[in-house]
Amino acid sequence: MLVINNLHAEINGKEILKGISLKVNPGEVHAIMGPNGSGKSTLASVLAGRELVMVTAGEVLWEGKNLLDLSPEERSHEGIFLGFQYPVEIPGVSMVNFMKTAINESRKAKGMEPLSPSDFLKLMREKKNLVEIESGLTSRSVNEGFSGGEKKKNEIFQMAMLEPKLAVLDETDSGLDIDALRVVANGVNKLKTPQNSSIVITHYQRLLDFIIPDFVHVLYKGKIVKSSGKELALELEEKGYDWIKKELEQA
Amino acid sequence: MEKDQDKILNDVTQSDYKYGFITDVETDYIAKGLNEDVIRLISSKKNEPEFLLEYRLKAYRHWKKMKMPKWAHLKIPEIDYQEIIYYAAPKQRPVLNSLDEVDPELKKTFDKLGIPLEEQKRLTGVAVDAVMDSVSVKTTFRETLAELGIIFCSFGEAVQEYPDLIKQYMGKVVPYTDNYFAALNSAVFSDGSFCYIPKGVRCPMELSTYFRINAANTGQFERTLLIADEGAYVSYLEGCTAPQRDENQLHAAIVEIIAMDDAEVKYSTVQNWYPGDKDGKGGIFNFVTKRGLCKGDHSKISWTQVETGSAITWKYPGCILKGDNSVGEFYSVAVTNNHQQADTGSKMIHIGKNTKSTIVSKGISAGKSQNSYRGLVKVLKNAEGARNFSQCDSLLMGDQCGAHTFPYMEVDNNSAIVEHEATTSKIGEDQIFYCNQRGISTEDAIGLIVNGYAKEVLNQLPMEFAVEAQKLLEISLEGSVG
Repeated sequence: MLVINNLHAEINGKEILKGISLKVNPGEVHAIMGPNGSGKSTLASVLAGRELVMVTAGEVLWEGKNLLDLSPEERSHEGIFLGFQYPVEIPGVSMVNFMKTAINESRKAKGMEPLSPSDFLKLMREKKNLVEIESGLTSRSVNEGFSGGEKKKNEIFQMAMLEPKLAVLDETDSGLDIDALRVVANGVNKLKTPQNSSIVITHYQRLLDFIIPDFVHVLYKGKIVKSSGKELALELEEKGYDWIKKELEQA
Repeated sequence: MEKDQDKILNDVTQSDYKYGFITDVETDYIAKGLNEDVIRLISSKKNEPEFLLEYRLKAYRHWKKMKMPKWAHLKIPEIDYQEIIYYAAPKQRPVLNSLDEVDPELKKTFDKLGIPLEEQKRLTGVAVDAVMDSVSVKTTFRETLAELGIIFCSFGEAVQEYPDLIKQYMGKVVPYTDNYFAALNSAVFSDGSFCYIPKGVRCPMELSTYFRINAANTGQFERTLLIADEGAYVSYLEGCTAPQRDENQLHAAIVEIIAMDDAEVKYSTVQNWYPGDKDGKGGIFNFVTKRGLCKGDHSKISWTQVETGSAITWKYPGCILKGDNSVGEFYSVAVTNNHQQADTGSKMIHIGKNTKSTIVSKGISAGKSQNSYRGLVKVLKNAEGARNFSQCDSLLMGDQCGAHTFPYMEVDNNSAIVEHEATTSKIGEDQIFYCNQRGISTEDAIGLIVNGYAKEVLNQLPMEFAVEAQKLLEISLEGSVG
């Protein structure tokens, strides 16, 4: 459902992505690993439609459509979700109001009636239980004063609410202690269906102990330099990224 | 991005002011210009007692000696006071004894503004005094309120029916010597609202006045006087709009509130005077003096304002905390866009012991506008245990607007605690993108963020008004991405 062909992209004139190709089918979990500065978050930004990143070549097809033609909110309505590496605080805007607006905008885009307040609250309760998020978090303002772990859990909660077809999780594991990591990973696993897919971007193999990927790709200097099954993650953990770097130099 | 922003800003600023229409109604004008004869004419048109005419003339003579204040952070063009018409009244067919006899044109006007004058059409308990130009068109629910001893009528009617109350209280909180515009108002004031809540009565419905400027080249100079007797409570709302015209129009009002022992008055304003077009042409000059006197012990006066309109706003609703343990509050959201200018804030004067005041001011500036908070907290020598907390936040959108804060503190009592907090922020691109990613459009995202920012103030508004005010904020700022 997602096809990336020879994608090149730059930020402020500096080329970050240098020809990425990737294909994601329904039900697949892809892990993208790589050292800092290799372009992992940039790839996530391109998929979500962040203006900061300029695509200079290549294409991204979403269910046959040109994804790059769509605005960020249209992509969201299409079922693409980005779990932010640094979730943003929006003071004074309650989670309830924020999620209600998000869900109803998405329903509007699909020609559906807005959810009634009671149905909405019911949905919220269900999803809260599903992802085991503390009740208190959803009665506060969006991410305001949340700890790092709470922010990440909140991302997973929003993902549960929006039921995306493709979830791109950008370093969702960074800054999490092991318990929070488990909550986040459980959430992701519970939301998994044969139809939806995820791209899990991570620096460490740790997360992949909990979320088992079908494919692991190594991104290095703006290119996918290695793709393999889940065992690649273990190998990376053991040998470090230097191993890949060396392999590349020799090639 | 830059280009997009400009485009969105342009689109928005060209969007129409919803209330800019003009009512075609025959209007009784007096000749333009200001002199003692004009004042005598206004007074005689209103059939006023001698003491009021005297008051007006004294105010006028005082005003002539005064100069326009220059201290505000505003660029105010020269105003030619001889070019203004000081009295304009829509002509109605004679004798209005029931609401059915309100001129259909006027009824239609207020309907269009969302203020139906038929009592049965009101969904909620809100009594309205509808003022167009220099006269009150209709006050609803007068009889219902009268059963509780509450007087709610136009200022003009109060002058006729309760001259003693007017004489006793008018000008006691805002004397005509107070400032330039207060003096001008005291000389030429036309209509406004009057309200008296007797001892121990909790007013069962929201009282409200809706001010509408319609006639061209006129000024509006209304006066409102609210008195809450011992233990009384009232929540009062004020709304205002004006037609879209190329010339500026002057609005200089006075609001006086008096709260006796244990009385509480909540005064809310949603100010949406025509702000001028995107190039800063036209719009209302809004120069208003609003002040409450917490005269009795344990009395409380609370001002809430949502200011989105006017080309220039100059207003500092304040409280004189004279009674011991009295409380003054000021909650404000002031939005400026395009070329609008606002210099607004509050004055809290602590005189009594253990008096408390709170100021929460949220400025939102967009376009090429200038938005200033100016506030005075004064603690007098005997105000043992006085407390003030002020919070002034500014939100900037775009890089062509300005936000300024001018807090003044004069504290003459060592036991006083006075706190001031201020922040300045911008709507971040990352916040908007975050909303976008969740499927929320940029317009809606700004609406959410701004309403979140202003929530503390909007929460103070009565329900019926809060929703209106939220929409108004969104409309005033649509697309002003920063």
